[in-house]
Amino acid sequence: MLLAFDTATPAVTVALFDGERVVAERTMVDAMRHGELLAPEIAAVLDEAGLVRQDLTALAVGVGPGPFTGLRVGLVTARTLASVLEIPVYGVCTLDVLAAAAVDDGTVAGPFHVATDARRKEVYWASYDAEGRRLDGPEVVKPATVATDGPVVGRGALLYPDAFPDARGPEHPSAAVLARVVADERAELLDPEPLYLRRPDIAEPHKPKRVS
Amino acid sequence: MAVTDGPLVLGIETSCDETGVGIVRGHTLLADAVASSVEEHARFGGVVPEVASRAHLEAMVPTIERACETAGIKLYEVDAVAVTSGPGLAGALLVGVAAAKALALGLGKPLYGVNHLASHVAVDQLEHGPLPEPCVAMLVSGGHSSLLKVSDVTTGVEPLGATIDDAAGEAFDKVARLLGLPFPGGPHVDRAARSGSSVAIDFPRGLTSGRDLERHRFDFSFSGLKTAVARWVEARERSGEPVPVADVAASFQEAVCDVLTRKAVDAAVRHGIDDILIGGGVAANSRLRVLAEERAAAKGIRVRVPRPGLCTDNGAMVAALGSELVARGRRPSALDLPADSSLPVTTVVV
Repeated sequence: MLLAFDTATPAVTVALFDGERVVAERTMVDAMRHGELLAPEIAAVLDEAGLVRQDLTALAVGVGPGPFTGLRVGLVTARTLASVLEIPVYGVCTLDVLAAAAVDDGTVAGPFHVATDARRKEVYWASYDAEGRRLDGPEVVKPATVATDGPVVGRGALLYPDAFPDARGPEHPSAAVLARVVADERAELLDPEPLYLRRPDIAEPHKPKRVS
Repeated sequence: MAVTDGPLVLGIETSCDETGVGIVRGHTLLADAVASSVEEHARFGGVVPEVASRAHLEAMVPTIERACETAGIKLYEVDAVAVTSGPGLAGALLVGVAAAKALALGLGKPLYGVNHLASHVAVDQLEHGPLPEPCVAMLVSGGHSSLLKVSDVTTGVEPLGATIDDAAGEAFDKVARLLGLPFPGGPHVDRAARSGSSVAIDFPRGLTSGRDLERHRFDFSFSGLKTAVARWVEARERSGEPVPVADVAASFQEAVCDVLTRKAVDAAVRHGIDDILIGGGVAANSRLRVLAEERAAAKGIRVRVPRPGLCTDNGAMVAALGSELVARGRRPSALDLPADSSLPVTTVVV
């Protein structure tokens, strides 16, 4: 029984996958409350499926890129749960999950891009072939520098219609797709390490200001 | 001898730059594992929140494992999980809160989201036994300077006063920078002060004069002191004379400790309380300990200060408070427990 979740976008999405099908799934969208929503959602999908924590045999987690604070909620939850339950945890690039969903839903037919909101007027960005295999990225870029008339999947496309006129669904990743991607090994399986892509904002200190 | 008395509680603390995981059984400390990112912050002269948050994520699981190993326990034996839910740096708190929820979920055990300041009070029971209740608690660190009346550490924590500008530890950091001493400033100023004179320079004592005392009897202010030290040092530099670092450090430290201890003793006398408890990183200051004991003894008041390792932020203090919450039958927190960077001191458990 695989428990999958992703907190790298405004969506907090959780799913349980029994090896063949998704047996429970929950998604809530609230960019400011990842820390509050994730654990109750995990408890809720277990309840809904009539399962207990000891039934879990593996974890899957989206490793971003995404806004740092929310991203860390998913990663520390995955690492800690994996440690206490003594089960493996698989990381997947969040943009790969959006790509897989777009291919499966048929919203894209040929090569395409995925863009999610990186805030500060930038997007997290990656390029995919028609099967949803990542060709390039992820990176953090200004929309204007990668503007394209081609199809772009994810919320980043909706935020910057001037740069990305051909926005395609879905807007946010789904843990159900994440679970299937891991089960089918359709994407590169990574360690549960965050893809921050940006260094912390730090200014080297200047000398103390004079007061007299 | 195996300790079997009381609940086995694991506590997690990530409100600033220390990733702390402590394990206690009742009032007995079994493990206090701390991973600090202080060295990563040192060259910036202060804690960088995003750097601290990243370090918490990396340190969390290894620190939990280290604590269990030291305590000689298996995680599934833990009866409850406690975590600092505030106050502190929002992003840093959130890493600890999410980890604690994952532990509680994975173990099927209750979760207690607790107040950082109440934990600083509760930790003393690990060293000196059951807390004196009521007591006046003085919590002084880089982020806090508070006087509290504690009638019950799990339900009755009442603020008497707090800093109206800088925290005491912050003043130590800033003065250390002025004097060319490393971050964090507390231990370095303390060391430099040992060879200096505490009466060499008469630095101001904030909020201790007539009108200020009426409005801010139990409040603190250290911003004016910091500026006074800066002015004094600049005047020296302008006149081309060397700065007597030891004397400045000793006189500054004396000004801080004078105000802190004076107000703590005044609060205890005013409220008819016989015990003062001091916690937080600044409680490790050698002069503060000596002066507090001297002044309290003159009024027949007892002073309790945990050893320095328990005064700075750690997981054991959170476990200590968690253990009291379990022992006194308090209700656990829900899984949607938030991290609250400005959690009021009156909220002991969220």
